Amino acid sequence: MRYLPLTDTDREAMLAKIGASSIDALFADVPEEARLSGPIEGLPLHASEMAVERHMRRLSRKNLAAADAPFFLGAGAYRHHVPASVDHVIQRGEFLTAYTPYQPEIAQGTLQMLFEFQTQVARLYGCAVANASMYDGSTACWEAVAMAARVTRRKRVVLSGALHPHYAEVVRTMAKFTDDEIADALPTLQGTPDNDGLIARIDEETSCVVVQYPDILGRISDLGAIAEAAHARGALLIAVNTEPVALGAIKSPGELGADIVVGEGQSIGVGLQFGGPYLGLFAVRDAKHVRQMPGRLCGETVDAEGKRGFVLTLSTREQHIRREKATSNICTNSGLCALAFSVHMTLLGEKGMRRLAAWNHSLACEAADRLARIPGVRILNDSFFNEFTVTIGTDAREVVRKLADDGVLAGVSLGRLFPQVDALKDGLLVAVTETTTREDIETLASALQEALA
Amino acid sequence: MNAPNKSGWKPEINAAADGMHDGPATATGNRALMLEEPLIFEIGHAETTGVDLPAIAEGSANRLGGMERTETFGLPGLSEPETIRHYTRLSRQNYAIDLGLFPLGSCTMKHNPRLNEKVARMPGFADVHPLQPASTVRGALEVINELAFWLLELTGMHGVAMSPKAGAHGELCGILCIRAALEARGDAREVILVPESAHGTNPATAAFAGYRVENIPANSDGRVDLEALKARLGPDVAAVMITNPNTCGLFEPDMKAISDAVHAAGGFVYCDGANFNAIVGKVRPGDLGVDAMHINLHKTFSTPHGGGGPGSGPVVLSEALSPYGPLPFTARTADGVVHLVEEENAAEFEHTRAFGRMTAFHGQMGMFTRALAYILSHGADGLKQVAEDAVLNANYILRSLDDLLEAPFGHSGPCMHEALFGDKGFGEGLSTLDLAKSLIDEGYHPMTMYFPLVVHGAMLIEPTETESKAGLDQFIAALRSVAERAKSGDESMKQAPYYAPRRRLDETQAARKPVLGWQGPGDT
Repeated sequence: MRYLPLTDTDREAMLAKIGASSIDALFADVPEEARLSGPIEGLPLHASEMAVERHMRRLSRKNLAAADAPFFLGAGAYRHHVPASVDHVIQRGEFLTAYTPYQPEIAQGTLQMLFEFQTQVARLYGCAVANASMYDGSTACWEAVAMAARVTRRKRVVLSGALHPHYAEVVRTMAKFTDDEIADALPTLQGTPDNDGLIARIDEETSCVVVQYPDILGRISDLGAIAEAAHARGALLIAVNTEPVALGAIKSPGELGADIVVGEGQSIGVGLQFGGPYLGLFAVRDAKHVRQMPGRLCGETVDAEGKRGFVLTLSTREQHIRREKATSNICTNSGLCALAFSVHMTLLGEKGMRRLAAWNHSLACEAADRLARIPGVRILNDSFFNEFTVTIGTDAREVVRKLADDGVLAGVSLGRLFPQVDALKDGLLVAVTETTTREDIETLASALQEALA
Repeated sequence: MNAPNKSGWKPEINAAADGMHDGPATATGNRALMLEEPLIFEIGHAETTGVDLPAIAEGSANRLGGMERTETFGLPGLSEPETIRHYTRLSRQNYAIDLGLFPLGSCTMKHNPRLNEKVARMPGFADVHPLQPASTVRGALEVINELAFWLLELTGMHGVAMSPKAGAHGELCGILCIRAALEARGDAREVILVPESAHGTNPATAAFAGYRVENIPANSDGRVDLEALKARLGPDVAAVMITNPNTCGLFEPDMKAISDAVHAAGGFVYCDGANFNAIVGKVRPGDLGVDAMHINLHKTFSTPHGGGGPGSGPVVLSEALSPYGPLPFTARTADGVVHLVEEENAAEFEHTRAFGRMTAFHGQMGMFTRALAYILSHGADGLKQVAEDAVLNANYILRSLDDLLEAPFGHSGPCMHEALFGDKGFGEGLSTLDLAKSLIDEGYHPMTMYFPLVVHGAMLIEPTETESKAGLDQFIAALRSVAERAKSGDESMKQAPYYAPRRRLDETQAARKPVLGWQGPGDT
């Protein structure tokens, strides 16, 4: 009970001040029959710091950490090196244990950081305005779809088949309840995405087209034609990016004509963490759409002495004011993850981002070349950044499991991502980052060659 | 790198308005340890980087499909020491729970144990990928399952969806379970009833899930009007969303009667569990007939709020709703192995009625480890003590101030974990806002203001269980002082705060002429 400062003497004195006979008297409104008399049976009692740490360490050791294996998983979550300063900054109590900056005069630290973060994200995405972050990339994707319906007053959503299937599933799940109609397809194992097929499905009822860039198979394509086709029919283009490091090497989605750009920011500053907390990024290319955006926004203003300061703003879109008419029901962001992203991005800067991206791409090219030399392995992609698909002529799920037993985390099988599409089952998605060594690549290559022999 | 301020940017100083400070204006705008800090865009450079990375020769490898970036980003970099300094300086302009009492009612800011941080950073939790083969993440799956077990035991519920990313996301999850269950029985209902004391997210959630929202008024005790609720129930009502303990800081004693009436009318009961910290270990929502309730792990189980998120909002479900819970989730089989159930193997686990998926991966693992460490540290006995001390502290505040501040529901019996006051009796033109800003000068973060809406000039104070009696006494003394000034009509309060890093900020200008990103020289 080391976290509870009251002593029994305190408790007695406080009850006397309140004029209550006992603690139970304070719970008088809880119906007697529902009240629990003692600690819930069957649950353990309090444990020391040492005992809890031991228990958690035992559970932690049952996992194979990415750093302890040749590691090639991506598909929406990437292992990058996070500078030690990032974790140092986010562990400062003044950031870690602060709340939403509702009192701006004593929350300028968080607010200025959010203002800087919004600027960094907007510039990375080639957009006018970014918000103060969302839960993660997949929920940001859904919020973008919902926003497009508000802007266009239409209800037909065209999803690219090469959108991360979990993102597509989040959109489909939410759309069931808002009556949005979903038109989507599944990907095929081709070197380039079927943009013409996607364009053909855009019609006058379409609110938005959702594409991933680079897509779930790692392919990069020019979004310009899709943007043009969407705009010609009054629809918005939503571009989803799950690997922000890629944008250090390729054109920004905003530059290519995307109206809303959303994505997962985990790659920069936020670790893998078994799926969360992650960092949803959300930006609009044209500032006129800002009042239809979901989520928090930080804006610049002045104080009573004329000094520059920052506040949360345009909150008339939000749930605490608009209730059932709000643009979204979300009432938080991923503040601490946004801080981690912003610190890491500040350390990188323009030069670091470009170098990091170039290094990732270069190593990925080496890995692709090495894997292509294995009999039975074919590199699918005509283009890629740091993640590409190989076909291996057999069910990749089995191979991934077998290699994991041998201590090699080989990648993500397309069979796991698309269990309903039999044609994809021999696809393996391989991601390479700056944390990958040439030795890791060689280990993967030999293990794969052996498994396929 | 020389001075931190490379661009020569200086904060604007209005020396005349600065008169309340005794000393002279400084050339830098700094005040000894209180330092002004420019934006990174004003001090950084495109050519500076704080990360050592090799330069790769251009064109050495290029399979980018002709989409090479040609434009610059406009992203400045800082060296490592400059970066540390920038953020450390910014941090000093923040109030935080580590600095003092943070009495935000309904937000629940309590001590964040550092053991939890240590645990969350263990490599087996922090450095594992969500799509690693299950055989390599058994321990991580056990953490989720162990936390799920505790949540079910503490709430007396049947199933739990762990993936929602925050409280409001959990609300959406619960309502979608309800909708799926109703659809499964061919029952298309259109309305969700929400008491007016509910969190603003409740009506937003119901609307987002496609329902029409109708308000239920509160009675003069600050509780749900049972008769009004019963009168409105009917075949068109899908659910009632109720917050218990409610946002007036009161327990709803009719909860069981409400549940029975809603169930009899064929609807479901959603309970907003944001205030579960008031009753954890004392009463189980499942015993009160609740069908779905989200639990804000950061509130009840103390995961740090990080300046606004991340949160985590697992949803506990009744037996009727459990079959509809979203993918993915964990399940322990008879052999003791914990499995991850997702699209691939849902049928094997006979979970074929899932309403879908809320998020790409499994939820907030980093929050699960922290919450589990907190739960194990307290145990069943400590969690009961948590609720008792939280309630004791809130009532102590209520009774230490109700002679001075209006306590609109002070007659309704003890409050739960938060004490509610109104602004009645304040001097001419003085508001709750003025009192709150004056409290900043006393060294405290203000309480929640103007919420709930049912009380004029509401002040909702939640001390939590991690405050000592001495700490509360000091806070009460400060609050009494500012309350007395407000009642005596002390005009100087309208200018507060005087001693914060910023004086009152112009929120109207921010909204009228939004500046949402840095626009520097050369930017358009």
